[in-house]
Amino acid sequence: MTTLHLPPQYRADAGSHPLLDSPAYRSTALRHPTRPLRLLPQRLTELTGPLLGADRVHPGDDDLTQDRGGEAVGQRIVVHGQVRDSDGRAVPSTLLEVWQANAGGRYAHVLDRWPAPLDPHFTGVGRCLTDSEGRYRFTTIKPGAYPWKNHANAWRPAHIHFSLFGQSFTQRLITQMYFPDDPMFFQDPIYLSTPEAARSRLVSAYDHSATVEEWALGFRFDIVLRGRGATPFESDQEVGSDDV
Amino acid sequence: MTSEPTTPSRTTHSWTTPSQTIGPFFHAALPWADGSDVDPDGDVTLTVRVLDGAGELVTDALVETWQADAGGRFDHPEGGGSSFRGFGRCPADATGTAVFRTVKPGPLPAEDGLVQSPHVDLSIFARGLLHRVVTRLYFPDEAAANATDPVLLSLGSDAGRLVATAVAGGYHLDVHLQGAAETPFFAV
Repeated sequence: MTTLHLPPQYRADAGSHPLLDSPAYRSTALRHPTRPLRLLPQRLTELTGPLLGADRVHPGDDDLTQDRGGEAVGQRIVVHGQVRDSDGRAVPSTLLEVWQANAGGRYAHVLDRWPAPLDPHFTGVGRCLTDSEGRYRFTTIKPGAYPWKNHANAWRPAHIHFSLFGQSFTQRLITQMYFPDDPMFFQDPIYLSTPEAARSRLVSAYDHSATVEEWALGFRFDIVLRGRGATPFESDQEVGSDDV
Repeated sequence: MTSEPTTPSRTTHSWTTPSQTIGPFFHAALPWADGSDVDPDGDVTLTVRVLDGAGELVTDALVETWQADAGGRFDHPEGGGSSFRGFGRCPADATGTAVFRTVKPGPLPAEDGLVQSPHVDLSIFARGLLHRVVTRLYFPDEAAANATDPVLLSLGSDAGRLVATAVAGGYHLDVHLQGAAETPFFAV
């Protein structure tokens, strides 16, 4: 039996994330691994990661409301925030991608059969880079809720999907931003799959300081990625604790 | 190994934003025209096929790859200097398969004089996956290096599930999310 001297481990923050096996979200049933995840010590492949830069973002990608010569229908909103890592450091110059349904709750996707009208001026796709302080900002319209077939009378709360890379393989994150006080939370198994203490981190805050007079409402959504510091593994802080 | 200067204290620590599923409707946003071309002039094709616990093809998966160049370097400040993109992103097709054009990575140094056998890190996203799952692809023509790779050694008799099959023009790996042939997945 080989005994390895492993490199430093990093705080995994398991208490923040949904279980892969979340039966109320039926699609997890045949897709969640049943064996415990194996430890992958963070070596060179995991400490590095894709640094995708300005060549992935084009002018206007941060404004989802203008497309094909017209303006999207719906409540115009500004969404902004700061991306940090769990060690408190800002994450600069990282690619942030978003996608969402239109104001009627329909995606511009061939497989979305919800018969809300498609908006010819809304693709629901945006991109930007965070600035030197990890800040981002884009303009869009508030997405609608939509029904799905997970359970009887199932509706997804309004949400915007986010994709972030960070600066190492371990920091990759796909998440969803929700809106404050959404009445659909109580029945949504995707939102509810998140440990209760962590759910508030998925919900944006109405931000009057970002609201633009006579033009758009403002929402703030700060995002925290995995840390990159050499934090020793501390088992008493690892699972289930949450002191935020 | 890392040049980060500070050790964070508990008081500065923030809890992370929870992961959520990518859902089925990411296709307008995430795939890129060149996403499959980790190296458009590469001489190796990697095909990764994703299956669920019933053996059904996961046709709404997104597969991402991250790998070193042929010399074991990454395009990253901590990666030894390389202009090789190293990153691939490809949605699964109707056969649950993502296809990448690339080069075979070189071996990588690890702690205590260990050497990591050539490998590619894989992230799998899909509807029904509330968090990505992470695994690795190893190469079947690296038997000697694979036999001493610290990650494969840690997997014992499951190590073979991460070793791709040689096919014409490249390599193929089946990723089983669940079931008797379940792929070993990693906490990172």
